[in-house]
Amino acid sequence: MAETAAPATSYEKNLSLRVSPAAQLRADFETGSVRGVVEISEVAFLTMVGLRVNRDSDAGQRVAAVTGGLPATCGSVTGTGDSSVLWLGPEEFLVVAPREAHESLGGGLIQALREALGDGAGQVVDLSANRTTFELTGPRARAVLEKGCSLDLHPRVLKAGTALSTEVGNIPVVLWKTGEETFRLFPRASFADFLGRWLLDAMREYASPEVP
Amino acid sequence: MLLISCPNCGSRDETEFHYGGQAHVPYPENPNELTDRQWAEYLFYRDNTKGAFAERWLHSTGCRQWFNMLRDTVTYDIQAIYPMGTPRPDAAGQLTVETGTASLAPDSTTTGTAAPSTSGTSISGTSTTPASTTAPEGATK
Repeated sequence: MAETAAPATSYEKNLSLRVSPAAQLRADFETGSVRGVVEISEVAFLTMVGLRVNRDSDAGQRVAAVTGGLPATCGSVTGTGDSSVLWLGPEEFLVVAPREAHESLGGGLIQALREALGDGAGQVVDLSANRTTFELTGPRARAVLEKGCSLDLHPRVLKAGTALSTEVGNIPVVLWKTGEETFRLFPRASFADFLGRWLLDAMREYASPEVP
Repeated sequence: MLLISCPNCGSRDETEFHYGGQAHVPYPENPNELTDRQWAEYLFYRDNTKGAFAERWLHSTGCRQWFNMLRDTVTYDIQAIYPMGTPRPDAAGQLTVETGTASLAPDSTTTGTAAPSTSGTSISGTSTTPASTTAPEGATK
């Protein structure tokens, strides 16, 4: 937190001072995680870009060339390298990339998308500050989510690599199953504190030994 | 809770959706020529149907797209889901035969062929132009 060396520029200082939406829960996430059972952490400041473009249009093809394809159906995810494109609607997508892809850290993703869209119909909007990311992982992650999500999260229905926008604990989130036992949740920043505490509460029972 | 089948996302809980009111209420072709009464009736007067009712829904937590739904207001049975801009399905509309007091005759407001009915409440002598018969392209989206 505290900078020991004076930052070179005020811009870097500004970056070092930014606070993620669930930063106040960091210690709670540490203590609330049950090692090897279910663990929660905030993955802060991921680069997110809102895309609105018709997949079949010329602009859509150009954007798809940058992102590594645009998903066609609900739940599907495409992408190349570190960046992924999540389906939000028939003409609406969310690009999720590491924080280094943001232009404030020298990344060129958003600019490349803007240039790909050109004057075609659609929009490219930097939504990095709109949502934060929770990563819930462990064999009990699904059981935790099932307390507040009405989707069928069983692996025979929800495969790894699927992202759905839905509600968890009555909070609208994008729920992305990134691995067999790993979920990423994207709540809007103002809901992050509530959802973080809700998840901690839902995880609490797994800290106790299972009642036979 | 209703389980609504979104055309894009599949079956989801009702809490993910928002209700958009009666479907097939066309925007008047010449709104400037309507009397205040006709304009108010276009804005605020809606059917209170007992039985099959065409209504708009928005999947606000999912794909954020609008669609039309034919739902029975008595049994909550969802009879049809169809895209915006398409006419109300006839076959499904005739499924229900109710014995209640409300008329089930397909009136102008639920079939999308005319502006909201003003026959019951309109003040005679003030109508300058007949209400439009077709909605402009996209007005129902």
